Amino acid sequence: MAAETRPKRPFRWHIGVFLAPALLVYTAIMILPLAGTLQLSLFRNIEQHQVFVGFDNFRTLFGDPNWSVNFWNALRNNVWFFIIHMLVQNPIGVMLAALLSSPRLRFAAFYRTAIFVPTILSFVIVGFAWKLILSPLWGVAPHLMDLVGLKSFFTPWLGKEQYALTALSLISVWQFIGIPMMLIYAALLSIPEEVIEAAECDGITGMSQFWKIKLPLILPSIGIISILTFVGNFNAFDLIYTAQGALAGPNYSTDILGTFLYRAFFGFQLQVGDPNMGAAIATMMFLIILGGVCVYLFLVQTRLRRYQF
Amino acid sequence: MTRKLLTALLLGTSILGTAGLAHAADVTLNIESWRGDDLTIWKDKLIPAFEAKNPGIKVVFAPSAPTEYDAALGAKLAAGSAGDLITCRPFDKSLELFKKGNLADLSALPGMENFSPVAKAAWQTDDGKSSFCVPMASVIHGFIYNKDAFDKLGIKVPTTRDEFFAALDKIKADGTYIPMAMGTKDLWEAATMGYQNIGPNYWKGEDGRAALIKGEQKLTDADWVAPYAELAKWKPYLGDGFEAQTYPDSQNLFTLGRAAIYPAGSWEIGLFNTQAQFKMGAFPPPVEKAGDTCYISDHTDIGMGLNAASKNADAAKTFLSWVASPDFATIYANALPGFFSLNSSPVKMEDPLAQEFVSWRDKCKSTIRSTYQILSRGTPNLENETWVESANVINGTDTPEAAAKKLQDGLDSWYKPGK
Repeated sequence: MAAETRPKRPFRWHIGVFLAPALLVYTAIMILPLAGTLQLSLFRNIEQHQVFVGFDNFRTLFGDPNWSVNFWNALRNNVWFFIIHMLVQNPIGVMLAALLSSPRLRFAAFYRTAIFVPTILSFVIVGFAWKLILSPLWGVAPHLMDLVGLKSFFTPWLGKEQYALTALSLISVWQFIGIPMMLIYAALLSIPEEVIEAAECDGITGMSQFWKIKLPLILPSIGIISILTFVGNFNAFDLIYTAQGALAGPNYSTDILGTFLYRAFFGFQLQVGDPNMGAAIATMMFLIILGGVCVYLFLVQTRLRRYQF
Repeated sequence: MTRKLLTALLLGTSILGTAGLAHAADVTLNIESWRGDDLTIWKDKLIPAFEAKNPGIKVVFAPSAPTEYDAALGAKLAAGSAGDLITCRPFDKSLELFKKGNLADLSALPGMENFSPVAKAAWQTDDGKSSFCVPMASVIHGFIYNKDAFDKLGIKVPTTRDEFFAALDKIKADGTYIPMAMGTKDLWEAATMGYQNIGPNYWKGEDGRAALIKGEQKLTDADWVAPYAELAKWKPYLGDGFEAQTYPDSQNLFTLGRAAIYPAGSWEIGLFNTQAQFKMGAFPPPVEKAGDTCYISDHTDIGMGLNAASKNADAAKTFLSWVASPDFATIYANALPGFFSLNSSPVKMEDPLAQEFVSWRDKCKSTIRSTYQILSRGTPNLENETWVESANVINGTDTPEAAAKKLQDGLDSWYKPGK
């Protein structure tokens, strides 16, 4: 319409000028490397030359049991890692936020800060601190459990195949619990007073007020947290690497996609890095995350919007 | 882009670095190394000793961080700014440099005759025809023990396996000490200090290793499974919660005097001497019957080669011949107890523990770790898998036979000997 009535309107340069910095930076540090990775996964190093091999790297990844067994193991572990976060981190985060937003709670600011502090710690510190806490030799965990008569329940969790991954997931939950808590807390504070008052007039108070009024209103935030958790978990690497090393022992039981990618891409000890296979794994990680985010965007978020004001 | 920048920076520093020295008429040799820890030893002891004998040649030791060494060296070599002398990692990393033409052939270097074939194996082509680095040092595996604990419990130093396990039983029954300080958390302890430590006695050192590479023996053969069976027997003698015990934990357990025996590599000597408050001794991996030939893992770890593009090749060769000489060996081995010279001529060392370790070379046959040469080139990587399976065997996750079968299957999938 506008173009028809005023055909001589000049090209709006400023849009391009203002977009350019962000676009250039994003392209240089996100889009180009991503495209480079995708491209790398289609090549293979043969006699010191990069040769185009189509999807051969992916065929190796899924067809050769030396790769596929490790890949599926890593994916399975990663899914379990994610499930623990969804079942433990997010409900507890919501609960903490609900408690914090209660007007009768004293020292709320202190709790808020204390619970959030681990999130800003480095992975290296968290990994080493927990390795020490859980150490059967000098750790405080066996001693503390002894004090309350639970010594018999102590096992070297990080060294046992059946417990190590769960233990690490819970360490990660401990570290990141602050993020869902803060987001939900903010969402709870933004619920208008009128809505709460109206609910109270209708006789909905206490727990049922939380379930019937507040929870539906913070569902979009919970959705955002879920997707953040999903992306974070499937990109995770650092905690496993600092606590268990690149071989993600015992017996690969804590191997997730991040550590699997690291070993393939950069190599480890005598294993020489294979950037092409590494890029193939990275591409699979990208596709998995992309798939998860799409499911969220197209199936979940569209429904959540209806609750918003 | 970053690569170019890095290259430019490296080029810049090398030009500036040499510019400062250009006024000296002498030839200056630069050494590339990852051993930053050794800087003072080079500066104060090794280089002055060499320069005193060879006027006209100046040597500069220029190390970079261990984790950056390989990448930085690759960039410098590509840009033509790498030093004249290059410290060599063992096996494939250096072999690759040689194949690319970055390292010169040193087979004919005077002094190379001072080294045994095993010592040279880490820096040779697969057929053993060309050598490209001068072997500098190796590390030896064995067991370090707490002498005070042994005296208190009246235990003699074990020489056979039966004596070894009898000693462990006695320590365990007494209860004062943890019989053996080792954990499986870091995996490599189980493989390196365990499997590669006791294994050579079973597979007869170099004979078994060569047969494995030729494909005449398999990891599922009795000689290769038996060390796993022995490892599995170690489990009851390790400390509580050994599954989560890390390498530093093991070191601390031993140096604090809480454990009696430590499956060791000789590189521990320096640290243990400063940390432990008790007397220490060492014994080689016990053999089956008294009088059997013993085999030790005498693993080649560090060497030095010549940059093929060096402009001072003659001076560099003089230096390398000196590195191959007993003079160098004596200074180096004494400055770094636990890193033993690979020189065939005996080296006098002051440290008693280091002397004990190196004395085994006379009575036992040396070999290197079985997984290092050729066998760890493919996927799955035999060395890494050996770490995982050794830990599995001790943890009881896998039986020795199952572990050996997994390793052999993995190896079979890519390694076809004789083709």
